[in-house]
Amino acid sequence: MALQKVCGIETEYGILVTSKDDASINASSMLINAYIEREKQALTSKWDFKDETPQKDARGFIGPHAPEVETHLVNCVLKNGARYYVDHAHPEYSTPECGNPLELVIWDKAGERILEYSVKALEQYAPDLKVKVFKNNSDGKGNSYGCHENYLTDRALPFNKIVEHLVTHLVSRQIYCGSGKVGYETPLITNQDVVFQISQRADFFEELVGLETTIKRPIVNTRDEPHANPELYRRLHVIVGDANISEISTFLKVGTTAVILAMIENNMEPSKNLQLANPVKAIKQISYDPTLQSSVELQDGKTVRAIDLQWELYQRAKAYLSDHGFEAIGDDSVGYKLLELWEDTLSKLENDLFQLDKSVDWIAKYSLILAYKEKYGLNFSDAKLKAIDLNYHDVTKERSLAVKLNLMKLVSEQEILKAISEPPESTRAYFRGKCLEKYNAEIVTANWDSIVFDIGHEPLRRVPMMDPLKGTRKHVETLISQCDNAEQLVAKLES
Amino acid sequence: MTERELKKKVSQRDTKQAEVEEVKPSASEKGEKLKAELDELLEEIDEVLEDNAEEFVRNYVQKGGQ
Repeated sequence: MALQKVCGIETEYGILVTSKDDASINASSMLINAYIEREKQALTSKWDFKDETPQKDARGFIGPHAPEVETHLVNCVLKNGARYYVDHAHPEYSTPECGNPLELVIWDKAGERILEYSVKALEQYAPDLKVKVFKNNSDGKGNSYGCHENYLTDRALPFNKIVEHLVTHLVSRQIYCGSGKVGYETPLITNQDVVFQISQRADFFEELVGLETTIKRPIVNTRDEPHANPELYRRLHVIVGDANISEISTFLKVGTTAVILAMIENNMEPSKNLQLANPVKAIKQISYDPTLQSSVELQDGKTVRAIDLQWELYQRAKAYLSDHGFEAIGDDSVGYKLLELWEDTLSKLENDLFQLDKSVDWIAKYSLILAYKEKYGLNFSDAKLKAIDLNYHDVTKERSLAVKLNLMKLVSEQEILKAISEPPESTRAYFRGKCLEKYNAEIVTANWDSIVFDIGHEPLRRVPMMDPLKGTRKHVETLISQCDNAEQLVAKLES
Repeated sequence: MTERELKKKVSQRDTKQAEVEEVKPSASEKGEKLKAELDELLEEIDEVLEDNAEEFVRNYVQKGGQ
């Protein structure tokens, strides 16, 4: 029996300071601090932020205390259960744990809004500092930053089974969840010029399996950090994907991967006879061909297009879901929506991929770039086209080209706005978020799998949350409503 | 789909490959088709695009990512 695929996405955003040089670390901290400061009624920052940040006058950000604030790497928990922090030089938003892929779309979109509001908050506090933030994965100069997915998987499943049966999917799924990129950033494997490619990230993958995330990136990452009971669970950390703006691309990316993982857990061998001869080469071959017609080699010597692989995975997944039900990926409505969209998208990719110019990121971007190029008679090397590529990903509504394109939606604006300050109800993120809301002053720290309370007269109390599926609204809403303070809560939990 | 069907499909793809190469729509034809619908949008893009796109693109450097 496959586990429910609790899932999340961590996105490192690109950040550009246009008013002064090379201050990305400072700017990332200031960006998050500005947001926390402006939204403090609605948010709590409890990773290691609260005690080290002056309570203050907003001018502290640009005043005498600025250096301290600027250089501190911010790390906080939001009331929606997410983590918002500076990772190396980038602002990073990790969604709370979500119970299914559609829910994850909502909390991933909420993250974009949080970054947008952060830019606006920083404009308010430091009007001289001009900052732009981008939800993408590449600077076009050989530097990449990640959008990592996490999936709850069964510890009992041998890791090599995951490698054996997930790689074909991870390499071929980019045809509907690539975010598109003008040009390339790696020595070419063919003679043809790559003027536009499907994936932002494909250029940067050099290994099949490994622990690295910053160099020699592997298609399957082996980081073993479950943030949950390690005897029962694994958190599969998928680093190969692109950051998506399109809700449909995000939903398909996560939904299809969750199904394939559930199949592997049920010993269904979803990639049987579909194993690639050279996945590292194939991921680039596929990315480099926006016509989708080129073929990659399988281990048995056959050659096949990415879309053929996806059709076959779709058929196998559909058969699996009809036998086993949709529990592993949510409920019937999520499951049917996933199958319908997966099939519809593959059909359109097969017949006329430009029908997807409002639903698949790389096609939306490609259409726009082709039209602009045509209108002004530009070459692909023109900086304006690269600027369009970047501006597609700007998180600010007024500048975002993705917003101007009016992409198709899967979730409502109301759901997204609510998710900025409300946790999902289906996982332990609910307990985390609601505790932050109600017992804010009594929480010392919180992270993925525990909350530490200070109940005053006694030693600190750590409440472990080792099961991502416990602490849901159903489990703890009544409990929290019955406890006016953390002492009562801890007493009830310990009784 | 059974394994045999897949193999058949895969081999059909192989034989189709050459034809597909011939008939695949060119990017510029597609661009042409979209041009009409996108005209208004393109005007808007001009308003958003940086005055100095080259400098904007050049300055966008992101080190230290995962």
